[in-house]
Amino acid sequence: MKDTAHSISLLVANRPGVLVRIALVFSRRGYNIDSLVVSPTLDPNFSRMNIIAHGNPDILMQIIKQLEKLVDVVQAKDHTNTDAVEKELALIKVRCEPGQRTEILQLCDHFHANTVDMTEHSVIVQITGNSMKVDSLKSLLQKFEIVEYIRTGKVIMLRGEDKT
Amino acid sequence: MANKTLSGAEVIIECLKREGVDTIFGYPGGSAIPMFDAILDSSIKVVLTRHEQGATHMADGYARQTGRVGVALVTSGPGATNTFTGIYTALMDSSPIVVLAAQTTTPNLGKDAFQECDTSGMTFAAVKHSYLVKDANDLPRVMKEAFHIARTGRPGPVLIDLPKDVTAGPCTAPFTDQMDLPGYKIPTYAPTEAVEKAAEYLKKSKKPLLLVGHGAMISGASRQVKELAEKLGAPVACTMLGLGAFPTDHDLSLGMLGMHGTVYANKAVLDCDLILSIGSRWDDRITGKLDVFCKDAIKMHIDIDPAEEGKVLQPDVFMCGDAKLVLEQLLPLVSKLDTAEWIKTCQTWKKRFPLTYPKQGGLRMQHVIATVSELTKGEAIVTTDVGQHQMWVAQFFHINHPRQLHSSGGAGTMGFGFPAAIGASFGNTTGWPVVSFSGDGGFQMTEAELATAAIHKLPIKIFVMDNKYLGMVRQWQDLFYDHRYSSVDMQGNPDFVKLAEAYGIPGLRIKRAADAERVIQKALEYKDGPILIHCECEKEDNVFPMIPAGAPLTAMITEPPKAQLEKPTGST
Repeated sequence: MKDTAHSISLLVANRPGVLVRIALVFSRRGYNIDSLVVSPTLDPNFSRMNIIAHGNPDILMQIIKQLEKLVDVVQAKDHTNTDAVEKELALIKVRCEPGQRTEILQLCDHFHANTVDMTEHSVIVQITGNSMKVDSLKSLLQKFEIVEYIRTGKVIMLRGEDKT
Repeated sequence: MANKTLSGAEVIIECLKREGVDTIFGYPGGSAIPMFDAILDSSIKVVLTRHEQGATHMADGYARQTGRVGVALVTSGPGATNTFTGIYTALMDSSPIVVLAAQTTTPNLGKDAFQECDTSGMTFAAVKHSYLVKDANDLPRVMKEAFHIARTGRPGPVLIDLPKDVTAGPCTAPFTDQMDLPGYKIPTYAPTEAVEKAAEYLKKSKKPLLLVGHGAMISGASRQVKELAEKLGAPVACTMLGLGAFPTDHDLSLGMLGMHGTVYANKAVLDCDLILSIGSRWDDRITGKLDVFCKDAIKMHIDIDPAEEGKVLQPDVFMCGDAKLVLEQLLPLVSKLDTAEWIKTCQTWKKRFPLTYPKQGGLRMQHVIATVSELTKGEAIVTTDVGQHQMWVAQFFHINHPRQLHSSGGAGTMGFGFPAAIGASFGNTTGWPVVSFSGDGGFQMTEAELATAAIHKLPIKIFVMDNKYLGMVRQWQDLFYDHRYSSVDMQGNPDFVKLAEAYGIPGLRIKRAADAERVIQKALEYKDGPILIHCECEKEDNVFPMIPAGAPLTAMITEPPKAQLEKPTGST
């Protein structure tokens, strides 16, 4: 079966070691976690984790069941292809000589991205959005020199009144 | 109840008592001293072992025998690392144990202090759950949760990492029954729709087969399994750890299936039109080559662990729940099936392909095992180690009762059998003798526990099945590796009779089949503690039937092959 990327959302008890236990479910199969977001929830006793991982869908389904089985995991859900808001934030530092500013700023404008730092020879662009949007801007900025690049990983929230 | 004056260690011991613990297995060391001190003032018996691995296997054996939680208490650093094999063994076989592992003081954590070891970190992958307790006031809750998690749902090992300042310092928190486990769910009954669907499939089946695993035993479902088999008229095959959940001597029993299972059980697997697994996880030892396993049969699966659904194969019906409760749901929905032909076919296979072994040559392990089974009338608690003798016990000892056979199945841990017999002996209320079968290889891994058995005068019949080889590995090298024996010769074995005598344990010897009955009878009649029986066996005997690892069940070989076999594709 073809490898696919999956967006997994976890609600976990806020305890030391919980991240290791979760990581081990992936690593025992030699699976890599592509991105990981950990965040507090409204209740300080719990944290929310969003994991993006790619691999064989059957195996990922098994991984989700084994995550759900962990004592500290309250809930594990696959949000791939569900009606959820999925957003990422990226910071992209681009070498930018004074003559290139206009073009870069136009690109940013098109993507509703902001510049959050600017020097004589560089600019940091901040972009928020779904993964494809972030990828697109990044690839367009590649014609300039990207000096540094970091992104948060996906935060996921189910649309409507239902909880994620 | 306020307990201002109690230390953390005293609270731990009091919690053990409240959990009904009367015996623990342990080995002290610097950072464990507060706990070993506190236990002096309690009614709990401490069994001092000779190695921490022994302590965890004993706790495991005790748990398997009693169905209660077994407890091991060890010190930090190497004391803790020595328990890892035992913890992993318990995880693989869903055995409820709690390991109390002492630790350096909390300010020393992460500083490479003397005998510091990241015990909880190193065991994450081998436990059902674990705790590192940094505040003594968490102890009452943590102890409550640890026992609850170990024993409920799919049981398993729980480790508690206990820094010395936590056990030596005061604990002012009250004892509690409150737990804080929002993510821990215990399945009970299966969804009605699933059970109804299973009943529908059963109604249509002409050749049903029940596959009974350890889950049925743990859940205490043997009465329900028997009722279902008899009500349907369905034959029953057991996994090794399921042996005893359904009586081997029952007319509908096909004994053990799988790699070294009976011909008739494996034939039934190949020919059935429906297979219902009751607490078995479709282990690779029983399925063989997976994509042809029960290819055209309806597959149904009862398991308390939701993560077992589709892990190995995708069943037509998955019933997530406690085996006993799910069978109680299912029983009223099913009725007698028209299986007379099917049962007759199975009976014919049983007659045509019985389990046998060659009678010529030297002393056969099979003969020793069959003789013990016969002389005890099958009324013995049996533990095994891992290897050829283990398979022969599963084949030739008549296991008819739940919790009668204790063996390391999933992990295949050599060195398990003898300490497990000691643990089982402490929990044994059947009045039956405990019989420990080990090979010469595995026995030497934990033989220091002879002292433990001797001190407590435990009535264990310690059989050392000595073929002077690591027999199962040798068998593979013989069959699949062109008879090239590599590192399997156990040259240097001691005289096990003399070894026993050095510990004050009487030793007997069997060299010839003709002597077996007389010597075994003598061993069984011995009432004054443990006795060791050194069986000097045929050196190059192989276990049959055998299905090469990864091969389909049709590739079963029942006698020594004439030609060299292909190297197996499956694991180990």
